[in-house]
Amino acid sequence: MSTQTHDKYFVPTPSLYPVILSGGLLLLTMGFIFSTNSYAAGKWLMLLGLVLMISMIFRWFAKIIAESQSGMYRTWEDKSFRWGMIAFICSEIAFFAAFFGALFFARIISVPELASFDPAFTMYKDFVATWPSAGPGGHVLGRDYQPAQFTPMGAWGIPAINTLILLSSGVTVTWAHWGLLKNNRRQLVWGLFFTIALGLAFIGLQAFEYHHAYTELGLTLGAGVYGSTFFMLTGFHGFHVTLGTLMLIVIWLRSIKGHFTPEHHFGFEGVAWYWHFVDVVWLGLFVFVYWL
Amino acid sequence: MSYSTTVDHEEHHDHPSGMLRWLTTTNHKDIGTMYLTFSLIMFMVGGAMIMAVRAELFQPGLQLMHPEFYNQLIGVHALVMIFAALMPAATGFANWMLPLQIGAPDMALPRLNNWGFWLLPPAAILLTLPFTLALFGIGDGAIATGWTFYAPLSVQGGIGVDFAIFAVHLLGISSVMGSINIIVTIFNMRAPGMTLMKLPLFAWGWLITAFLLIATIPVLAGAVTMLLTDRHFGTHFFDAAGGGDPILFQHLFWFFGHPEVYILLLPVWGFIPQILSTFARKPIYGYKAQVYSLCAIGVLSVVVWAHHFFTAGMPVPALLYFMYSTMAISLPLAVLFYCWIATIWRGSMTFETPMLFAIGWIILFGIGGLTGLVLADVAADAQYHHTYFVVAHFHYTLFAGGIMGIMAGVYYWLPKMTGHMYNEKLGKLHFWLTAISFNLTFIPQFFLGLAGMPRRIPDYALQFSEFNMISSIAAFTLGLTQLLFVYNIVSCVRGGKKATDKVWEGSNGLEWTLPSPPPYHTFNEQPVIR
Repeated sequence: MSTQTHDKYFVPTPSLYPVILSGGLLLLTMGFIFSTNSYAAGKWLMLLGLVLMISMIFRWFAKIIAESQSGMYRTWEDKSFRWGMIAFICSEIAFFAAFFGALFFARIISVPELASFDPAFTMYKDFVATWPSAGPGGHVLGRDYQPAQFTPMGAWGIPAINTLILLSSGVTVTWAHWGLLKNNRRQLVWGLFFTIALGLAFIGLQAFEYHHAYTELGLTLGAGVYGSTFFMLTGFHGFHVTLGTLMLIVIWLRSIKGHFTPEHHFGFEGVAWYWHFVDVVWLGLFVFVYWL
Repeated sequence: MSYSTTVDHEEHHDHPSGMLRWLTTTNHKDIGTMYLTFSLIMFMVGGAMIMAVRAELFQPGLQLMHPEFYNQLIGVHALVMIFAALMPAATGFANWMLPLQIGAPDMALPRLNNWGFWLLPPAAILLTLPFTLALFGIGDGAIATGWTFYAPLSVQGGIGVDFAIFAVHLLGISSVMGSINIIVTIFNMRAPGMTLMKLPLFAWGWLITAFLLIATIPVLAGAVTMLLTDRHFGTHFFDAAGGGDPILFQHLFWFFGHPEVYILLLPVWGFIPQILSTFARKPIYGYKAQVYSLCAIGVLSVVVWAHHFFTAGMPVPALLYFMYSTMAISLPLAVLFYCWIATIWRGSMTFETPMLFAIGWIILFGIGGLTGLVLADVAADAQYHHTYFVVAHFHYTLFAGGIMGIMAGVYYWLPKMTGHMYNEKLGKLHFWLTAISFNLTFIPQFFLGLAGMPRRIPDYALQFSEFNMISSIAAFTLGLTQLLFVYNIVSCVRGGKKATDKVWEGSNGLEWTLPSPPPYHTFNEQPVIR
């Protein structure tokens, strides 16, 4: 091999993880399809796929961490990870944009339009365009749909608290980063601990809010386009917060074990970027889903 | 340049052999080969499906299949050709050639690269499995809505829609992973001195493609996710009774779908000038103008989507906006055409197979572009929408502009990849048969469309009989001709006249300085570009 190891880019050795991960994903999706179409075997396929996927993700990341700890990633590789994470977060932004697009389309175009037709020619005579709306109701796609009676979710209760929680968690993760840069390990570990605690508090409050919506407000996934967009946006965001919290827990455990140096800590920064991204998306949710 | 020192690594392989080599590989050349092979297989699968469709359309009336099965065939044909044949072919070239062209030791994220490929076979299984399941009484076959998934039809559809939704999810993850890899490779792995404005045009085309994929594939994923919840979890995104709107699905779908056209074509626009310049023995004309045009097309492609459903009902200002913005794309595209023609203008041309395909490509893709301009006209589109005119138009862009471009690339790079020359006579025969039968297939469809024959219907009025018969016969010829292509590739992989390092007299670029075939690892020490 080349004697100039310094200039060599790290190309990992052949690995079985990706192909097994894909196999797990195939089983998971097929199982999901079968179970949503009432084939009982589906959930066992799902379970098998999920176990395969989780074990592969676990081992893949363990391998990455081991490679990182043995010094195989230097500045050149580090820069690749940075570009990669930026591109990945951009794709996530586009994913959320689709759901925000659906929300804006419903509020600005479809609901007002349903109320705008000439009374002589419309089946939605008494429909008045307001937001939140569960739609005019009617017989569509072989189903009878009566607009659901629900109370919309107010902005200044739990959502406002959740906003404060996420904004504070952005502060604590930055405080942890400062600790890492100063090589103050205590500050790093405690900063991450507070961030995780805030993340868990957010998830808990969100779960409570869902329970409240379903049991007391009559606000469900089936509550017209308001319920659809509300649960799709907040649910998808909640899923991302959960992922982010898991990622934070991983780097917290790594910090306790003494990983990361002030010069070399892409793992930390990648998670922090992701956390800030989830935070910013929440601000959009708070303004457009809850408040306005 | 010091890359010659890397050749001696050929001897000691640091990878497992047999099947395990392909399952586990992190090598960009291996992964590129897998992408290209997968693409070729799926190209034949998708082609077989449409042969059955053309057989049904050979005569008016229903002879061979139920209309439901017909619908499944055309939908899966499109999904297979777009997502499993054309996109993987472009990604395969990117994997093979980008590191060689920019002097990189490998792709930037090799394990991710492997995952990007191995997501494709599961997706192909999801797309085609429902056909088999239906034979065993599970479900009612594959997706029968056409490749566009339009609600409310897709909300009502059977289990095939669910399979297609998740196939699209897997294909989407694969594309995003591939795009991340390509962006990172181009930004971070270039050899010293390889500035952005020295990049081969293929790299530029792919860079913009990757940005488009990252911006639009997730939107498609979001759209089909909403479709899934509408189908199974009681949401009302695309249901007017709940305040939603089926048109919303069309907006989301085509926000992805229109850039998708450029995703399929931009990589081809990247390497065609390289082929033209090689066989005209002249430098590429207007490199900078081409780079800026590619960028302009990338930007414009995400703001024109609604021209795919002018007839769905839109305010007049919206119609006008989408018409003019669509037509604006023809300006940078005209710059590209001008540069392609100027590149071969007064060159000392020879007409090897890649050059034949490249020149045929300019002409046929030109027809595709010009008929697109016709369809962009709101007033004319009301007549042409959802007719065979549209079918002919997009086959001129995607078969001629996409697949034939890919074929040019295959013949151009095959000697470099395999180390053997392909059979030139057979290649030329393949070109002429393809070009002639392609035109005979689709020119009649322009006229059928102008006369009002609707798409996606297995039966038609008697006056369309003759042209459909011509089209079917030509389509069978076109399909069978591709067996020549497969034969030529396979025999070239197995052996043949030894290819030189430079392969073509007029070739230039880093990949032609390497041996043919290049050693397993190249550019472990990066060359310096001056």
